[in-house]
Amino acid sequence: MNWRQRTILAGIMIFGALGDVALSRGMKDVGHISLRHLSELIAAIFTPWVGAGIVLLLAFFVSYLAALSFADLTYVLPATAIGYIIMALLARFFLHESISPQRWAGIVLITLGVGFVTSGPARTPTARGVENSRIPPTPEVPL
Amino acid sequence: MSAAYTWGSIFLVVAASTTGDVLTSLAMKQVGDVGSLYRRRGIWPTVSVVVRNPTLWTGVAFMAVAFFSLLFALSWADVSLVAPASASLTFIANAVVAKIFLRERVDRRRWLAAILVAGGVALVAG
Repeated sequence: MNWRQRTILAGIMIFGALGDVALSRGMKDVGHISLRHLSELIAAIFTPWVGAGIVLLLAFFVSYLAALSFADLTYVLPATAIGYIIMALLARFFLHESISPQRWAGIVLITLGVGFVTSGPARTPTARGVENSRIPPTPEVPL
Repeated sequence: MSAAYTWGSIFLVVAASTTGDVLTSLAMKQVGDVGSLYRRRGIWPTVSVVVRNPTLWTGVAFMAVAFFSLLFALSWADVSLVAPASASLTFIANAVVAKIFLRERVDRRRWLAAILVAGGVALVAG
């Protein structure tokens, strides 16, 4: 896996965690929205925190699609679960929430799982060889 | 009865979310490495190939179903059960479905990773 692909995986974790935290922060400011006043939901999109959260989650989704183009789903999902740890740490230091022993145990398990999956290959070899940007070029796709 | 509704709605979230992930992964496998596509063709042709893939939009539609099923599930049960249960079971379901439908090589290392991460996510989200 080259540096570009590692950067994309890091993007999934960072954009996902920051996006969720920004949305959560923004929706706390907006407060409760009733189903009868859905126009308030549209207005919420244009508040700074919610808007930033949506942009970050779009960046998360683009990184996720890019990662799935060069790595297996069963590699990308566990490898990027570090995002849960980033979110717990952001909540600890940014939102001043406490991390319970149960959450610390969860963080240890996720770290072990990520360690296991990232020590193996990112992609199942196919009949065309390992589809990796460094090995064979992908076939021409008709435009 | 309430437990049946709760676990039924969790099952719906996991099923829709897994279907969405697997279809999205299938679409991107069909597209191929976007990095090399970008180097050969540039940004807009790459974006065009991705957004014109119908499998991708089917996957996104299932992700939307998963999101609304989660909202539905949250109206039936506590967030402290629904959020960790659906997030962690999705990791296991994805490993099973990716092995069968995407023919990914899910070896002992990947099973162990999926189980550890699923357990960890259940504890963190719980």
